Amino acid sequence: MASLELGAVLEHDNFMEEYSRGNEVLSWWRRMHWGRGIALFAAAAYFIIPFYAAMQFSLANNNGKFSLQPLTQIAAAPGFLSALWLSTQLAVATMLIVMVLMVPTVIYVHLRMPRFRRVMEVITILPIVIPPIVLIVGVDGVTPSWLKASQWLLALVYVVLAMPYVYRALDAGLGALDLKTLVEASRSLGSGWTTIILRVLVPNLRSALMSASVLTLALVFGEFTIASLDGWQTVPVWIYLAPTDDPRINTLVAMMALLVTCIVLTAIVSLDRSKNPNSRRS
Amino acid sequence: MLMDTESHAPTASGATQPKGGAPVVLDNLTRQFGATRALDGFSLNIAPGEFVALLGPSGCGKTTALRVLAGFERPDVGRVLVDGKDVVHVPAQKRDMGMVFQSYSLFPNMTARDNVAFGLQLRHQNSGPRRARAVELLGLVGLDEHVSKYPHQLSGGQQQRVALARALAIEPRVLLLDEPLSALDAKVRAELRDQIRALQQRLAITTVFVTHDQEEALSMADRVCVMSRGRAEQIATPAELYSKPSTEFVARFVGISSRVSVTRTGDSVQLFGRDVKIRGEAPMTAGPLDALLRPEDVDVLVAPTGLGVITHKSFLGATTRLQIGIAGATVKADVMSSAAADFELGTRVNLSANAHDVLVTEAQPAT
Repeated sequence: MASLELGAVLEHDNFMEEYSRGNEVLSWWRRMHWGRGIALFAAAAYFIIPFYAAMQFSLANNNGKFSLQPLTQIAAAPGFLSALWLSTQLAVATMLIVMVLMVPTVIYVHLRMPRFRRVMEVITILPIVIPPIVLIVGVDGVTPSWLKASQWLLALVYVVLAMPYVYRALDAGLGALDLKTLVEASRSLGSGWTTIILRVLVPNLRSALMSASVLTLALVFGEFTIASLDGWQTVPVWIYLAPTDDPRINTLVAMMALLVTCIVLTAIVSLDRSKNPNSRRS
Repeated sequence: MLMDTESHAPTASGATQPKGGAPVVLDNLTRQFGATRALDGFSLNIAPGEFVALLGPSGCGKTTALRVLAGFERPDVGRVLVDGKDVVHVPAQKRDMGMVFQSYSLFPNMTARDNVAFGLQLRHQNSGPRRARAVELLGLVGLDEHVSKYPHQLSGGQQQRVALARALAIEPRVLLLDEPLSALDAKVRAELRDQIRALQQRLAITTVFVTHDQEEALSMADRVCVMSRGRAEQIATPAELYSKPSTEFVARFVGISSRVSVTRTGDSVQLFGRDVKIRGEAPMTAGPLDALLRPEDVDVLVAPTGLGVITHKSFLGATTRLQIGIAGATVKADVMSSAAADFELGTRVNLSANAHDVLVTEAQPAT
């Protein structure tokens, strides 16, 4: 579908003409360059084949036929629900903390210290450059023991890990707004900073905030090293430890996580397109 | 459209009743940005309900002056008095000043009506009267049919009219207009210019209008303050500014485009071979003098033995502007386009001043 759209954009006029003749698919293929087609096919195969194989492995029953029965076994698998609950709690906490920290910060940097944006970019890339193992060993070295015993320490570390994605999403979102004028217009009408951020900026940063949230969610549900070193059984740790006697369940959980993320992302993107009045501009 | 909005606007409501503006005093404002002094002892008194234009080239400090008045900048030195009270330390959101910006400043996530109602909501007005008031104000700027549209569905001129309605909704003590017309095309600009002026007069709101367009300033304002290098060069009514520019800078800004060196005899000067009286006070100098001329001040006559030669010609519509090289100077003159065929490039012409007096200033050193 995406490539169909690309073709339509590239040769919109021809496309519309031939569409009316009713042979759009054929003409689309005719116009499609060979190189482009091969690249598209290879990319699709690269993603679809492993996914298909994993699904077949986990959903095939002993007779080699597909069955949805393994799905029902997931909930019953020992420890899975508590792992899911822990990961969910951590994801929500991480999202809240990172937003409360980053939204005002990025707005402030954009408005008052635009030159500091480069420094911010370097600082926020550090969590990606520093290996998680180094990060958690360092954090454990300085954390007081009461906090080390709490699951919320993980959320605090995940805030650091999510920072690069959240910063970049917000930076791009704010860059697309005429921030200074919007802020000054709302100030002249009588808004304080809380009103400006919540009533004027956040609604206009919706897509940036959504993508930041999805990335944070995906990060928390996928992070393994730190959770396992700190001894918490989050979803990825649970998958690794494989407390079930059926490896198909673990694979299925991983596949379901991937599928759910894809669905959430697609939903957000389409929701954003249909409802956001700015989508025409961006 | 203007007459239309005036005759149909409800008169019983508060929105359309003259409320009276506040007097504003800008007193000795100075504001330094790094090495540049944007304001350098700038002072201006504005009477209640007066429309004052700050006119000047970019970098003259006009926008900084407006931003200091709005509360977006704090002056290093000086006072800002609104209704007699110094507001320098009052934050922008507490100053009750409506502002319209150069760039489209509507909140993209709100409809025109919600944009206009935003300031009223912040003032805890109930949603019923708030919405009614917003719709009424949109009617006042001629946008009755667009109340439910989002900013991206409106044209530039419509967006600026919503922004104006939004600024007026809070019944501001002072209305600040920061080049609100400069992003619009010429036709919309002229239309909106008249509309803003009529609304301002009707509501009698003290208004400060920043522009670099002299035509805009002269046609809209009660008084114009021409600014240069952070100071007021001249503060005067448009008519006075036009007939008696006090400095060379002001003269250039209000349409004077040519200087011709002249010799003085008493209170007259010799201009194009004829005695013409000096307008206003003669400069106190014994040195060489220049006459300052507008294109419409000069008559052009074709003469085979003339001293001037036409070097450039551009069609402006009703008139055609000529550039004439004469005695080492270039003089710009307008002729009726219907007669322009007589004035081809290279034609020899004679010039004469068509006014009985002329502005004279010290000659500029050759550059």
